[in-house]
Amino acid sequence: MPVVTELFKWEGTKAKLNTHFATENRQFGSKMTDSKYFTTTKKGEIFELKAELNSDKKEKKKEAVKKVIASMTVGKDVSALFPDVVNCMQTDNLELKKLVYLYLMNYAKSQPDMAIMAVNTFVKDCEDPNPLIRALAVRTMGCIRVDKITEYLCEPLRKCLKDEDPYVRKTAAVCVAKLHDINAQLVEDQGFLDTLKDLISDSNPMVVANAVAALSEIAESHPNSNLLDLNPQSINKLLTALNECTEWGQIFILDCLANYTPRDDRESQSICERVTPRLSHANSAVVLSAVKVLMKFMEMLPKDLDYYGTLLKKLAPPLVTLLSAEPELQYVALRNINLIVQKRPEILKHEMKVFFVKYNDPIYVKLEKLDIMIRLASQANIAQVLAELKEYATEVDVDFVRKAVRAIGRCAIKVEQSAERCVSTLLDLIQTKVNYVVQEAIVVIKDIFRKYPNKYESVIATLCENLDSLDEPEARAAMIWIVGEYAERIDNADELLESFLEGFHDESTQVQLQLLTAIVKLFLKKPTETQELVQQVLSLATQDSDNPDLRDRGYIYWRLLSTDPVAAKEVVLAEKPLISEETDLIEPTLLEELICHIGTLASVYHKPPSAFVEGSRGVMHRRLPARTGSGESTESPDVGTAAGGSAPEAAPSIIPSQGDLLGDLLNLDIAPSTTTGPPPPTTGMQMGGMDLLGGGLDSLMGDESEPLGGDIGGSPAMGAGFGVAPAVMPASLNAPVGGGLGDLFDLGGGVGMPMGAYIPPKTVWLPAMKAKGLEISGTFARRAGVIQMELILTNKAMSVMTDFAIQFNRNSFGLAPAGPLQVLTPLGPNQTIEVSLPLSTVGPVMKMEPLNNLQVAVKNNIDVFYFSCQYPISMLFVEDGKMERQVFLATWKDIPNDNESQFQIKDCHLNSDAASNKLQGSNIFTIAKRTVEGQDMLYMSIKLSNGIWVLAELRVQAGNPNYTISLKCRAPEVSQCVFQCYEAVLKN
Amino acid sequence: MIGGLFIYNHKGEVLISRVYRDDIGRNAVDAFRVNVIHARQQVRSPVTNIARTSFFHVKRSNIWLAAVTKQNVNAAMVFEFLYKMCDVMTAYFGKISEENIKNNFVLIYELLDEILDFGYPQNSETGALKTFITQTGIKSQSKEEQSQITSQVTGQIGWRREGIKYRRNELFLDVLESVNLLMSPQGQVLSAHVSGRVVMKSYLSGMPECKFGMNDKIVIDKQGKGGATEEAAGKSDLGGSGGGGGGGKQSIAIDDCTFHQCVRLSKFDAERSISFIPPDGECELMRYRTTKDIILPFRVIPLVREVGRTKLEVKVVIKSNFKPSLLAQKIEVRIPTPLNTSGVQVICMKGKAKYKASENAIVWKIKRMAGMKESQISAEIELLPTNDKKKWARPPISMNFEVPFAPSGLKVRYLKVFEPKLNYSDHDVIKWVRYIGRSGIYETRC
Repeated sequence: MPVVTELFKWEGTKAKLNTHFATENRQFGSKMTDSKYFTTTKKGEIFELKAELNSDKKEKKKEAVKKVIASMTVGKDVSALFPDVVNCMQTDNLELKKLVYLYLMNYAKSQPDMAIMAVNTFVKDCEDPNPLIRALAVRTMGCIRVDKITEYLCEPLRKCLKDEDPYVRKTAAVCVAKLHDINAQLVEDQGFLDTLKDLISDSNPMVVANAVAALSEIAESHPNSNLLDLNPQSINKLLTALNECTEWGQIFILDCLANYTPRDDRESQSICERVTPRLSHANSAVVLSAVKVLMKFMEMLPKDLDYYGTLLKKLAPPLVTLLSAEPELQYVALRNINLIVQKRPEILKHEMKVFFVKYNDPIYVKLEKLDIMIRLASQANIAQVLAELKEYATEVDVDFVRKAVRAIGRCAIKVEQSAERCVSTLLDLIQTKVNYVVQEAIVVIKDIFRKYPNKYESVIATLCENLDSLDEPEARAAMIWIVGEYAERIDNADELLESFLEGFHDESTQVQLQLLTAIVKLFLKKPTETQELVQQVLSLATQDSDNPDLRDRGYIYWRLLSTDPVAAKEVVLAEKPLISEETDLIEPTLLEELICHIGTLASVYHKPPSAFVEGSRGVMHRRLPARTGSGESTESPDVGTAAGGSAPEAAPSIIPSQGDLLGDLLNLDIAPSTTTGPPPPTTGMQMGGMDLLGGGLDSLMGDESEPLGGDIGGSPAMGAGFGVAPAVMPASLNAPVGGGLGDLFDLGGGVGMPMGAYIPPKTVWLPAMKAKGLEISGTFARRAGVIQMELILTNKAMSVMTDFAIQFNRNSFGLAPAGPLQVLTPLGPNQTIEVSLPLSTVGPVMKMEPLNNLQVAVKNNIDVFYFSCQYPISMLFVEDGKMERQVFLATWKDIPNDNESQFQIKDCHLNSDAASNKLQGSNIFTIAKRTVEGQDMLYMSIKLSNGIWVLAELRVQAGNPNYTISLKCRAPEVSQCVFQCYEAVLKN
Repeated sequence: MIGGLFIYNHKGEVLISRVYRDDIGRNAVDAFRVNVIHARQQVRSPVTNIARTSFFHVKRSNIWLAAVTKQNVNAAMVFEFLYKMCDVMTAYFGKISEENIKNNFVLIYELLDEILDFGYPQNSETGALKTFITQTGIKSQSKEEQSQITSQVTGQIGWRREGIKYRRNELFLDVLESVNLLMSPQGQVLSAHVSGRVVMKSYLSGMPECKFGMNDKIVIDKQGKGGATEEAAGKSDLGGSGGGGGGGKQSIAIDDCTFHQCVRLSKFDAERSISFIPPDGECELMRYRTTKDIILPFRVIPLVREVGRTKLEVKVVIKSNFKPSLLAQKIEVRIPTPLNTSGVQVICMKGKAKYKASENAIVWKIKRMAGMKESQISAEIELLPTNDKKKWARPPISMNFEVPFAPSGLKVRYLKVFEPKLNYSDHDVIKWVRYIGRSGIYETRC
């Protein structure tokens, strides 16, 4: 006999135990409390139960089975009673039968041989005239995971699948899924899958729903099978059943629909139209599943369609309504809304208020609401949001308060107009002296400094007062960064940093790295007083530390400082790239996958199913469908993110057959990561050391000879701690510039409305003859800050082309595709498609000749083709290329005259204002204008995507169609290209 | 899909455990107890992932219901199912308590077997379930009865059985609204919304076709354009008694509404008409939400003054803002006090006010108050001096009340009943409408 382990004792056991046996007989037959069954805890009860189970009296038997089930529930092992319980199976009492079945489901696996005893009863029950009993038998049989039993299950199941009663059929449909889980092969061999498919056309909606659920589950474990075989006809059937079945059935059907990819936008629209009524269902899961279908199919609708706008409007109210559901559902809804807001911010942009936190919301709801508030924050609603956040920062829950403080910082970074108010709010919070509030505030203020350099440094004094109270690494590191960054403004910066140095080895790595960098910065700014300090920290980092990151960074600084302090200054005190406003956005491809999983656990965890589901299930990656290839929609700027998915699975197999100069392409990643913005600051700092040697120095301008004037044009991917070397001078160089040059800027030429950026006309890059019938022509454009390669692919061959992919060779400015090439439909003979490919500038760098040369490989199902093209460098001109006047002056003076080049632009008939306007459209900014003897002098600045500044002076003489332009740049190589741009822009 | 379902008492002892999937082992039961029920920290999420197993839980009084899975299930569905499970249990044996669950464990297992098959939720309408899951065991049914049961459980109208007969056909409509407000200390409305429900209790014979109409702006506007329609004829049907404060408001803008599964959604989507065959007895016909032109029944005007470090003076005025002929009831104003309160003196003009130390609040109760009146309370709060650096967070002043009108302005225009097979007409049905507005979260910051 097995040991009876008593896991639990019920409350009040003793009292009941006393009365239990005394009253047992009296209780028989009466519908008294069942809780007494939980109370027997006597030794030898198994023995007693055995006797009762074998009793002649039906009632006694039933009572005994109940006791057995109760014991089973609390975790006692009652498997020893198997034969005795099975003996009770043959009964016409349905309640008793169900109890015995429950027992069987639990223990059949441990007693497979004896379970066979039950088979006959099951088979007999499957023939019972009562449909409830037939269904019960087939339902239970499917739950008994014993091979020998499943063999006997097949025949009854086959009958039940064709039963006249829908109740039996709907139960049998689920049973197929059960059987498949036990023995997939058997299900296939017996042809159950086909029968199941037939049930999708059943007349009863519930049978349809269960068949859909079962098929979907089975299909999940056969990712490549075409099991569900969704086609317009079957979809129509599902949509009809959708109106008629239970709420649960509607969920099964909608979830299944979401896996379908409509053939074109018309089909997509008609499905959307039939799904939208579900948005008014009382069941939140029905609503969310409908939202999933709509979000997915919307991708295919052209944006200019009226219906598209209508649909967007229809989505908001039901999402808001979900927030009045029970808190657990609110949580699920909020996690999903978080995704929806990232994918389509326009849906909820006016609904900020509903995400305001209520005082008695559960904490998990509060935290999620806060997240969404930040995502929806904009100039229009920032005042309200800030007022709310300030309230939240005084709440009790520590996590919530921290997040609220952090949110204030993020608002400052996101909405520039609010930055000042945010900073003063943060200062108020620091005054509360609540420890974790102060620390959190300091962490976010550091980010604000990064976003708005030289603007809020007046608060540093207040921050320094709180130095002692900081005990969290992140806050300490942030404070140290601030001290190092602004060392020249803090009188006792050396003392402050020295105080941290005492316990150097007890600090966390984050703090150590930051301290090292900060002291080096300090040294470079105040070399005379801090030599000792810097030596101390370098030796601590390189000799006494066993952390390789720290040692490496220490050595790099050491060498840099000992070989060339001026270069060290250029590197360490470099201008840092501004941090982007959204650092915690979900990566676009993951976001797309999660949108396909709206309502499910994946959308709650914000992880793909493969991250938390074992086995073959959930491995299948879902993608959003792409808009059907009508021309105008591909031009929309968001197409890069909107339809980044559905890259052909075969893409990585690209293998150039020719071993020519572009063999290098093989090493490039076909789908470069599409992360937006620079990496978050913390990781950036830790990897700074690596990038310094790898990416920065040997990059484009690596052959620069003159150390001081030389601009280390590092790749923007360089660590945040180092960043791109500046052309902008440190603030200390803002010395007043005397003479005429100084005040001429006061004349300030009016800058008019910018016009669109210059886009060169498309040219043929790859003639069809050279590429087995594929002709590619294209051009480059910069739209809304995104560089795009606009291609026209024409199929001049006789066969269909598919599986397009694109790669670039290394190039001077690190251009790389920011997403896969969006050619989704096969390109038929004589068909043409326009594609626009967003580009990033974070790819690998190699200097090209000419500088703006780009080597491209395009692959399709036929072959790989190579061509090269030249891009106008103006497309790399960034939007924030307008230099401060003072900085411009200083920089102009600072760049050696050797770096200046002069060009003539002939036959240009614009006046100076029109020219300035036109140039601004291409991000060439006029900083000042002066007129000397009828000659207009325009001073302009340009910033390239890799941080190189180009300064220009354009001379325009009234009546003379020839302009003179002087360009000054620390990297004179680019001048020629820049000049070409001037010419192209002005003459176009 | 759902792999298993467990019910625990507050100590974490299992009361019910039903496993549907092979991938859920007995250890899952213990994992949830150890990691969630016995966790030291407050619950941070209703979904917990422990060793690649996900647990969804809801709590009803001190009973935990947990659904377990290892797959990427539809999370919204799991929670909806758990709520439904609670509804079904309540419909069968009343309150969900440890005692009731133990007393009905056989029934619960039977229900779980029926409404969840291999983790897939099945028909869980109590009306249908009660026809064949009874605690008395199924007596030998006739063949007709059996097929009637199965066709109802699987049928299109799963929520209603055929052959219902009443001598008197009667229906009751309750418009229940909860009005929510968050107001700034200066009296600015930060957010306000009404979430309302229309609850219908019907005692109608046969399979009656019902049509429900209210003063929905979209419908009224459409009618204005299209001229008189049949709805206009039914206008006098149920009107009247409704509106309290708003007065002449003709129609209201409904932000969003959801319906009981008996309502034909595609018809609503196309024509915005609400037609259905109701379940017998009580059901929640629709839920709705409005944010525009809400009648705020009360306005709270707070005044808090800190007198030195050890004293607070609080004055709160409430004003009722609806027809003087109507009476608000069960009015309660809750004024939070700091944790270091040592004593409170209260003076109020109306009702009773008490300082409740255990709740850190002054609770002011007024039994009844007519519209367009105003009342005031003032209190002096003595504080213990503390060296606690953290300031008192000043939670908002909250209010509870009940008013006999719908703060959203919603009015029922008609509810028409057609039963072509039986010989009673719409006029024979006795109909009742009632409006109740309650406070939801009705807060004013101070």
